Amino acid sequence: MDFNFTEEQSMVRDTVASFLADKYDFETRRKIVSSDSGWRADYWKAFAEELGILGASFSEELGGLGGGAVDNMIIMEEFGKALVIEPYLGTVVIGGGFMKHSGYAGAASVIEGVVGGTTTIAFAYAEPQARYTWRDLKTTAKKDGGGWVLNGHKAVVVGAPFATHLIVTARTGGAQRDAGGVGVFLVDKSLPGIVTRDYPTVDGNRASEVYFENVSVPADALIAEDGLALVDKVIDEATAAVGAEAVGVLRKLHEGTLDYAKQRKQFGTAIANFQVLQHRMVDMFIEVEQSVSMTYMATIKLEEDAAERAKAVSAMKVRIGRACKFVGQNAIQIHGGMGMTDELAIGHYFKRASLIEGLFGSVDHHLKRYESLSFDAAA
Amino acid sequence: MNLDFSPEDLAFRDEVRAFIAENYPAGLREKQEEGEEMAKEDFLSWHRVLAKKGWVAPAWPEKYGGPGWTSVQRYIWSEETARADCVPILPFGINMVGPVIYTFGTPEQKERFLPPTLSGDIWWSQGYSEPGAGSDLASLKTKAERFTGDDGKEYYLVNGQKTWTTLAQHGDWIFCLVRTDPNAKIQEGISFLLIDMKSPGVTVRPIITLGGEHEVNEVWLENVKVPVENRIYEENKGWTCAKFLLAHERSGIAGVARSKRGIERIRQIASTELGDDGAALIKDPMFKRKVAELEIDLTALEYTELRTLAGEAAGKGPGPESSLLKIKGTEIQQRITELVLEAAGHYGAPYFRGFPTDGDNAHPIGPDFAHRAAPTYFNVRKTSIYGGSNEIQRNIIAKMVLGL
Ligand SMILES: Cc1cc2nc3c(=O)[nH]c(=O)nc-3n(C[C@H](O)[C@H](O)[C@H](O)COP(=O)(O)OP(=O)(O)OC[C@H]3O[C@@H](n4cnc5c(N)ncnc54)[C@H](O)[C@@H]3O)c2cc1C
Ligand SMILES: Cc1cc2nc3c(=O)[nH]c(=O)nc-3n(C[C@H](O)[C@H](O)[C@H](O)COP(=O)(O)OP(=O)(O)OC[C@H]3O[C@@H](n4cnc5c(N)ncnc54)[C@H](O)[C@@H]3O)c2cc1C
Repeated sequence: MDFNFTEEQSMVRDTVASFLADKYDFETRRKIVSSDSGWRADYWKAFAEELGILGASFSEELGGLGGGAVDNMIIMEEFGKALVIEPYLGTVVIGGGFMKHSGYAGAASVIEGVVGGTTTIAFAYAEPQARYTWRDLKTTAKKDGGGWVLNGHKAVVVGAPFATHLIVTARTGGAQRDAGGVGVFLVDKSLPGIVTRDYPTVDGNRASEVYFENVSVPADALIAEDGLALVDKVIDEATAAVGAEAVGVLRKLHEGTLDYAKQRKQFGTAIANFQVLQHRMVDMFIEVEQSVSMTYMATIKLEEDAAERAKAVSAMKVRIGRACKFVGQNAIQIHGGMGMTDELAIGHYFKRASLIEGLFGSVDHHLKRYESLSFDAAA
Repeated sequence: MNLDFSPEDLAFRDEVRAFIAENYPAGLREKQEEGEEMAKEDFLSWHRVLAKKGWVAPAWPEKYGGPGWTSVQRYIWSEETARADCVPILPFGINMVGPVIYTFGTPEQKERFLPPTLSGDIWWSQGYSEPGAGSDLASLKTKAERFTGDDGKEYYLVNGQKTWTTLAQHGDWIFCLVRTDPNAKIQEGISFLLIDMKSPGVTVRPIITLGGEHEVNEVWLENVKVPVENRIYEENKGWTCAKFLLAHERSGIAGVARSKRGIERIRQIASTELGDDGAALIKDPMFKRKVAELEIDLTALEYTELRTLAGEAAGKGPGPESSLLKIKGTEIQQRITELVLEAAGHYGAPYFRGFPTDGDNAHPIGPDFAHRAAPTYFNVRKTSIYGGSNEIQRNIIAKMVLGL
């Protein structure tokens, strides 16, 4: 049994942590979020060139540092602690994930762009009618000569305003909710016919509604013609990475609350002395620690077969979703009126935690998936 | 025991319904439906309609301008206004300072302040909390020192800072707790003062909250001159008024009728939004169960409130039981906002404040209800904090009801 990180992994963590401590304090982050572009392209370049972290989770043959999901976990947790906006999840975890697992011919060159910081990717999978069922697709891909023509509407594509490329799911066959015929495409975002409407999200991120209006893509845009299993795998990896980000967010919510409670005086004493708040903070601590455990568990099990992997990830997401709600709400409560202000960081962590609750599936969604994998499948 | 409405009550209900249908300001309804921010006049327009009709202060005694309704009629009123999505009447004048003035004020004070409070000509703000005095309200530091003015009249010179003052950016007057005797035991040196916010030395600064709203403020009081006749009740006995007001504030906070309407809205939303399996979300067993549990909890709260109302009708003022209503009422309000956000799915994420929504009607982003789902969820976290936090309410029940 070993929950320790390798020397390389510890180094990645320290490098990221010290960069963020220097350059991503809360005030800087506030400026980034409210700037026109909504992110720091120069930081992204620094992640690639100075820190080298964009390659941490790719094999050496692909120009990376030889790591994997654990490296993503480490980086996402640090990003969670600083509420980093830059699109590591979409570009490295999701974009990189599709490249690693698909046998896509162009994978090596895409990864080169990712590792070098020149290619940024957003994942256009959700649709307005589909909720968390990603195979529910109205977007279509029709064969056209050697290439394909895409039509459809993708909802809340996080990071799309910063992306050079989109990974798009679209029906290459089958009916709207079929398991078969889920195609996956890598699409240059500047292609004619791609219309985006960009907007901020409540947690300070940027997203787009993306409309495909007869968009012609070349044959080599196709990553998989019938790729639901691939999509499931990559989304599970992304969900585990978001769990790690949540761990970073939760740790900050908990620490910030302890600090505040020790320093805020009412009735002639620090409010941390009230037993009801102590027990609440103990319960928050328990939620945080169990979230850490579940994130480790899910990350390790990403290598297992599809059913085991899915079960582990759903179990993790249920716990993480509950922890986000419990820890987030109580952090605000224990801060009293101060918790309600935009000025303090705590509220911004709460907002991120609140969106993570629903990201890649709500608690209910994952509970149902867990139930069906754990009871129905066995029967 | 009888919970049925009498024929008179039913007739009253019809009268109320018809009145709302005919008189609710149309422009206001539009603004609400669009989710637009309310200006001062928006809040006041419905207030003024009701004031003219004599219905703005259902709980006030008739001799001060109340409609003389029974508690059942008041209950019907809150049901009907919530059902029709009427904007709430702001509590600071009608539910809070008004009852303090008619209970503790002098005849002159009643005559001076009650009519404009009813008509909406005075917008009241509540100046209780201070940076160092939140839950521990009695530790407040704002000082009021007596002096004789050049005109030979008696004044207080007020210095200090109030905070979290709701909608004080619109305020005409603020009712404040101030320290008039720094040497007395903390609850005994406090007085209840009415301060004209146009007085020199009053500064209001905005505090922006999580959903991006400007709802609360800091209020700075620097050498503000306040005539002694603006003090309600005796000097150094303001704590009596303060506690009386808080009990009134808390009973209003339960919001049963509005929560009923909130649950009805969730049912509507969830019958058009689709769940994971492509059927209406309300058919999803897990979502349905949460709505059912919420309804059951709200029923328990409703009947508890009815028992309190019956007690009040029998002459018992709102006591520490109102803490129970506050705790459960606010928890339910918060759960309603959680479910709305949950129903929004991906479309809970887009942020619309200050974001141009017009000019590009071709592609609306997500369903309309979703636009305010997350900001409302964040904003409503306040309800378990303000009006005496839910922890403080539990302390009150422990002490006053359970004798612990
Ligand atoms: C089935 C059973 C088997 C047991 N077996 C053994 C045994 O083999 N050997 C042995 O030595 N003992 C044994 N015990 C005794 C057990 O350790 C005591 O019951 C336990 O320590 C609690 O003490 P108490 O019953 O006096 O409760 P109390 O200490 O009186 O506590 C009563 C309640 O007050 C709470 N409370 C107390 N102090 C605080 C505080 N500071 N803050 C908040 N809450 C507080 C407690 O949590 C509890 O809810 C057993 C008890 C049971 C029920
Ligand atoms: C949106 C909003 C609007 C408001 N509007 C007004 C207004 O118009 N006028 C006005 O005067 N005030 C207003 N308030 C202030 C409100 O009444 C205070 O925020 C509230 O009393 C809590 O005080 P605090 O914020 O200082 O928190 P604190 O008192 O610092 O409390 C912090 C935490 O400690 C807990 N705590 C404190 N003491 C104890 C204890 N003894 N036992 C257990 N737990 C404890 C609290 O429950 C809370 O969770 C408003 C607040 C908000 C958020």
